[in-house]
Amino acid sequence: MNYPRIYPFLHGGLVACCALLSVTAVAQSFGPTLISPTGAQKAPAADGFISRWLILEPIPANGLTDSAVQAIVQKDYFPGQFTVIPHDGDKVTVGDATLTWHAVETKLYNVNLYHFANALGKPTSNVLFWAVTIVNSPREMPGVRLAIGSNAASVWWLNGKEVAAIYGDRQTVIDDGVSKRLTLNKGANVLRAAVINAGGATDFCARFLDADDKPLKGITISLAAPGK
Amino acid sequence: MKFAVLITLAVAASIAFALDGQIGIHDPSTIVKCNGKYYTWGTGGAGLVSDDGWTWRRGANLPRRGLAPDVIHIGDRYYVYVAANIGAQPKAAVNMIWSKTLDPDSPDYKWEEGGVVATSNGVEDSNAIDPGVFLDPNDGHLWLTYGSYFGYIRLVQLDPKTGKRVNPNDQPRDLAINCEASDMFFHDGWYYLLGTHGSCCRGADSGYNIRVGRSRKVTGPYLDPDGVDMIQGGGKMLIGSGGRFIGPGHFGLLDFGDGVQKFSMHWEADLDRGGASVLDIRPLLWKDGWPSAGENMKEGTYEIESVRTGTALEMAVEGVPVGGPRGRGGRGGPGRGGAPGGGPGRGGAAGQGGAPPAGAGRGGPGGPGGGGLFGGTGAPIPAQDAAQVSSKWPEGKIDARMANYLCQAQQKWTIAPAPDGGGYPGSPYFKITVAGTDRALAATDGGELVVLPAFTGGAEQLWRIEQLPDASWRIEPKGIPNSNESMALSAVGASSATLSKFDAKSDKQRWLIKMP
Repeated sequence: MNYPRIYPFLHGGLVACCALLSVTAVAQSFGPTLISPTGAQKAPAADGFISRWLILEPIPANGLTDSAVQAIVQKDYFPGQFTVIPHDGDKVTVGDATLTWHAVETKLYNVNLYHFANALGKPTSNVLFWAVTIVNSPREMPGVRLAIGSNAASVWWLNGKEVAAIYGDRQTVIDDGVSKRLTLNKGANVLRAAVINAGGATDFCARFLDADDKPLKGITISLAAPGK
Repeated sequence: MKFAVLITLAVAASIAFALDGQIGIHDPSTIVKCNGKYYTWGTGGAGLVSDDGWTWRRGANLPRRGLAPDVIHIGDRYYVYVAANIGAQPKAAVNMIWSKTLDPDSPDYKWEEGGVVATSNGVEDSNAIDPGVFLDPNDGHLWLTYGSYFGYIRLVQLDPKTGKRVNPNDQPRDLAINCEASDMFFHDGWYYLLGTHGSCCRGADSGYNIRVGRSRKVTGPYLDPDGVDMIQGGGKMLIGSGGRFIGPGHFGLLDFGDGVQKFSMHWEADLDRGGASVLDIRPLLWKDGWPSAGENMKEGTYEIESVRTGTALEMAVEGVPVGGPRGRGGRGGPGRGGAPGGGPGRGGAAGQGGAPPAGAGRGGPGGPGGGGLFGGTGAPIPAQDAAQVSSKWPEGKIDARMANYLCQAQQKWTIAPAPDGGGYPGSPYFKITVAGTDRALAATDGGELVVLPAFTGGAEQLWRIEQLPDASWRIEPKGIPNSNESMALSAVGASSATLSKFDAKSDKQRWLIKMP
């Protein structure tokens, strides 16, 4: 028996309270699990999860089925939504709203979008989050896989090509959706995600796996292509 | 009573297969492979040969005919041990012959006589027939067991370089009694002695069954799980009669590597073949250190569930809840499912279903048939089949993926022998199609999966489905486009399936094939 939709209000209140406290203590925090990244690049930890992301403030969206999610992510929200590599603080206009990209780094394996949105005073239910990161590879790496989990549905693009999607009302499970074998280019690779939440908690995790399904080693993560 | 009826229906929905082709044989030798072909010989010396282990045909006879031969391949020689009565039973002898090949088309095909390796004089408690030969993987020693119901199953040591007795004057060791068709193998620190109990040669009235005991030493004692020594008639049942097959006997181990083992045997009577004695191959399963007989794949419609993730293979289309979408129900006043909820259920929201909601999607009275969140519709909901929901499925190729099993049409797969698809030891290749459709699971270039709009018979659409030692299943395509690699269906993620190299230590390539 699971009633996940009852606790967001209670949980949200607690998180908001904590967020206020932490804002006074650490200027660039987004709730208890997200901070502003420091340094140009960072290698994933041994478990391979990508901790550093640029995330756009949430856009209202409703629907978790396969067709609804695809319709949501294919809708035009802002110029270059499938190509832009934003900077921290960049703003876009979506409908009547001005939304800001934020650079975040998670302390955990997952990126807690509930913490993110709630700390910014933004809605957490019936929303779409866009997230972008740069995966730097020292060489061409064929035969790797992107492995993701999300709450709830999500669609993922690597270098502009959709490589993974999971649908429906779901919780984040490590390596839930795993892409087919793909190739990381030498240099910068743009990884882009759209996460759609209906209500309650929302988060995601992502890592690359090698040919043996082990966390991929040798890559670094940055929020801008080298030299940019 | 209801349970019994359900079992009957389940069995009726599945079709069991024995091997194909000319498989008439009695007392078959352990099946061995030579130059890509499988060989066995039975009592009388008649041989069977197969290119794939599934379809068999008559092969060359042995030059020395007799009772219940056994064969082993060591180095560049194939040793065949074959017994014959040399007087009134139980006066008998086991002879050895050898050849560098079993293939009559090879220039090396030439049988040499190796002489007598065991005898019984007609008075002693032994009947020197039914030889079984065993090479100990621990020390390379070669052993021969033999014997029938008159007296003991006996053990003598052979020279692996010659196939002959190490010392003909050594007294044979007694290992078991009240059985015949003995054989041995080693597994995980134990020696196992197989023996066939019961009576043979009575067609459908044959009580043949294969039993096993184990020992830490090759020389015994061999005890069953109850501690009864096989020399006092002990033995755990490995396989008995079942289905349309009666009287299994003459075990022979087939080891395919990666922990996958099978065994060859014969049935005294295949009821679907008029009660003829026929060859068969079955998987060998393991539990708590004891082997048992598994099942070859049976035709039917199944859920294919990952042991690793618990999620089920499905064609990647948007599912429709069985019975139509129902709202989840909001949470109204105090208490669960009490007063009407505070908002519309999610499944019933506009644009999220495809068919009209079957329920109001609100909390309500919970009694059966009372509607609301927990009350159901008050009537049985029929099973969902493809015809009900496939109108929105795309026409072309569709990805395969995994999801929680919800009894939906795209999650039910019909597994059936592929016409003219050939086979592998024990089974034909199968096609795997979405039930009620011709949409076929296939391997793609690069070792991924796709569901094709129709089955066309290509190697990438043919599947080898074999039971693993823990009774789960390994599912491998016959071919992968532009690849010579052997790969198996693999649960790389909870919602994602692929093909990858089989790893016996992982659950990724282990599947449960369950009645939907």
